[in-house]
Amino acid sequence: MGLKISEIEGLIKEAMPDAEITIEDLAGDENHYSATIKSKIFSGKSKVEQHKIVYKALKGKMGTELHALALNTIEG
Amino acid sequence: MNEETKKKITNILKDNKVCLFMKGTPETPQCGFSLAISNVLKHLKIDFKGINVLDNADIREGIKTFSDWPTIPQLYIGEEFIGGCDIVKEMFEKGELQKKLDLN
Repeated sequence: MGLKISEIEGLIKEAMPDAEITIEDLAGDENHYSATIKSKIFSGKSKVEQHKIVYKALKGKMGTELHALALNTIEG
Repeated sequence: MNEETKKKITNILKDNKVCLFMKGTPETPQCGFSLAISNVLKHLKIDFKGINVLDNADIREGIKTFSDWPTIPQLYIGEEFIGGCDIVKEMFEKGELQKKLDLN
């Protein structure tokens, strides 16, 4: 279980090439992360839509392989 | 998600203005994120319905499909999906949650 920071970054970059990403491993267990993501793709979208874009980028890993990812999305 | 689960969720949302799908109960949340939203609602003195997904596997998986959202907790106000823990906390800090709840 768990995903490495590089894997999370890779998946997000794949879906959002312009994203500026900062990820922190909150508990040092590769399972509880906090991510700040800035991208033009978020522009004009609601927070729910912005977070859904990130979850889609993670291809179903959110809530399964990845237990917790606190998200802060910023319009780029 | 089967029709029965969908109907169950729809009915819960219709019957309760503020619904929190959570792990545990408002009295004893079983997860830090569920606790966080529960505490925000309690702080605002909001009467809300806590639905413990750990007691009901159909709803636990069903609500994820229903909301197109992969994690629990999930907050609904007036049958509208508001978001998970991050969004609710951010809205609370900006006063937007209070507006949604007609507290201003």
